Amino acid sequence: MNRFTPFNAVSLTLGFAFLYLPIVLLVIFSFNASQLVTVWGGFSTKWYAALFANKQLLDAARISLLVAFTTACLATVLGTLAAVALTRATRLPGRTLFTAMTYAPLVMPEVITGLSLLLLFVAVGFERGFWTITIAHTTFALCFVAVVVQSRLLSFDRSLEEAAQDLGAPPWRAFVTVTIPTILPAIAAGWLLAFTLSLDDLVIASFTSGPGSTTLPMRIFSSVRLGVSPDINAACTILIAFVTVGVMAATLTAKLRGSTR
Amino acid sequence: MAPRSPAPKISRWRANLAAIPPYVWLLLFFLAPFLIILKISFSEAVIAQPPYSPVLSLSDGVSGLWAAVREFTFANYAFLAEDSLYIRAYLSSLTIAAISTALTLLVGYPIALAMARAPHGWRPLLVALMILPFWTSFLIRVYAWIGILKRDGLLNQVLLWSGLISEPLTILNTNTAVYIGIVYTYLPFMVLPLYAALERQDRALLEAAADLGSPPLLAFWQVTVRLSLPGIVAGCLLVFIPVVGEFVIPNLLGGSSTLMIGQTLWDEFFQNRDWPLASTVAVLLVLVLVVPITLFQRIQSRGGL
Repeated sequence: MNRFTPFNAVSLTLGFAFLYLPIVLLVIFSFNASQLVTVWGGFSTKWYAALFANKQLLDAARISLLVAFTTACLATVLGTLAAVALTRATRLPGRTLFTAMTYAPLVMPEVITGLSLLLLFVAVGFERGFWTITIAHTTFALCFVAVVVQSRLLSFDRSLEEAAQDLGAPPWRAFVTVTIPTILPAIAAGWLLAFTLSLDDLVIASFTSGPGSTTLPMRIFSSVRLGVSPDINAACTILIAFVTVGVMAATLTAKLRGSTR
Repeated sequence: MAPRSPAPKISRWRANLAAIPPYVWLLLFFLAPFLIILKISFSEAVIAQPPYSPVLSLSDGVSGLWAAVREFTFANYAFLAEDSLYIRAYLSSLTIAAISTALTLLVGYPIALAMARAPHGWRPLLVALMILPFWTSFLIRVYAWIGILKRDGLLNQVLLWSGLISEPLTILNTNTAVYIGIVYTYLPFMVLPLYAALERQDRALLEAAADLGSPPLLAFWQVTVRLSLPGIVAGCLLVFIPVVGEFVIPNLLGGSSTLMIGQTLWDEFFQNRDWPLASTVAVLLVLVLVVPITLFQRIQSRGGL
């Protein structure tokens, strides 16, 4: 098939319009001079200026970024190890339990994950704040990392690693110098995924946060409940820009790495 | 998955070692919280901090454990069974999830099919475009629809301007808005497994069916759709399971008549501060989802997706 049939072209156009139009409209209206969110009153960047004067929002953004960064690092290490275990530890004691625990958080409703972790933290008397949010986020993010890295590991040719071992490399060295570089794009994608998942989460953070550790989605949520406002549009636009640049940079790096090989 | 070559014993041992950190982490922060939620669902609510009793204290050893077990109460479960609000919330969550899964499949299938049948060079771009919204905030994507669906929102303005309607429609704060929000946010979860299943299909099969005299629509149904069944099942589960417990979408887009269990649990916890009852709601929600989750894990551990 080398051309689009009309039906397929229409499906794609409508499908992607549906996916992107709401986001595009949100971005456009963040530059709206009018206070009314749905009436165009001319171009203005005043909501962005208002945003940078909003200390509460900036504090929340700082906490969110810090949590997301720590979560991404922890989840990447744990998730990669889990992926290695899933693909290679075929005789792991309690393997069924391990597999179940790795896949269940992928689809587990967030209200349950959030509530159960909160009850754990309360039961052991762990003070709620930055670390409780980070632990909670790491728990579900590591499962996403594991799935991403696992799919790469499954297609990895084990004989490369065995060749390195035949040439005298100790197993850990063969793993670090041969396997890790090959699965690095998947690990990087896993890190990014964990970062955005954490940055985005509202429900689990609401359950596990304490006083003084309100995250950005929690702030946005509480103001959204009061109604749509242009400065929230501006905050969302900045987040979208952040993510778009990040994803594009990641894609480009992957492309460049691929073409130099 | 089946091991392709018998791994050397030493490396299997090492892989077991690699499993320890994530294993311990998940035992501590995934399994243990579950057991606690189960335990608290059998406790009584008290006005205190934390607002439930009794607290299981491990320092008392086995006798303390037994004492705690004897204080188990089924009161919360009995309460849930008696109050029709909760039963209705579970049923309504399942109904909303089923309908929106079906809608997502209807919207997603033509898109996935068109992606799979697109010229080769286009496919990576189309997949990237499908994944990109997934990277932008879930909350933002739901929020974006408020401005569109409001009474004086963009959709009503466009419809009024075009003369299709003479009165603004009430969409926001109804179940319709919830369906739109769910289809919108979960669309990539449906499209990507479908695409993976459809892209593998050999087009020659359709031609063979046509050569044997099958009308195009029948061939499509008997060949394309049937062969994409694993993708359909995976996509539907990926949408259905999280949607049953969805909180953000019904909260922001739904109205007072939208009854969903995620919202009920949230209110029980944050508004009524009845932690044991919230735990009971959560335990029953897990029980409701056990079958689809097990099915999902079967597919996932076969290397699915």
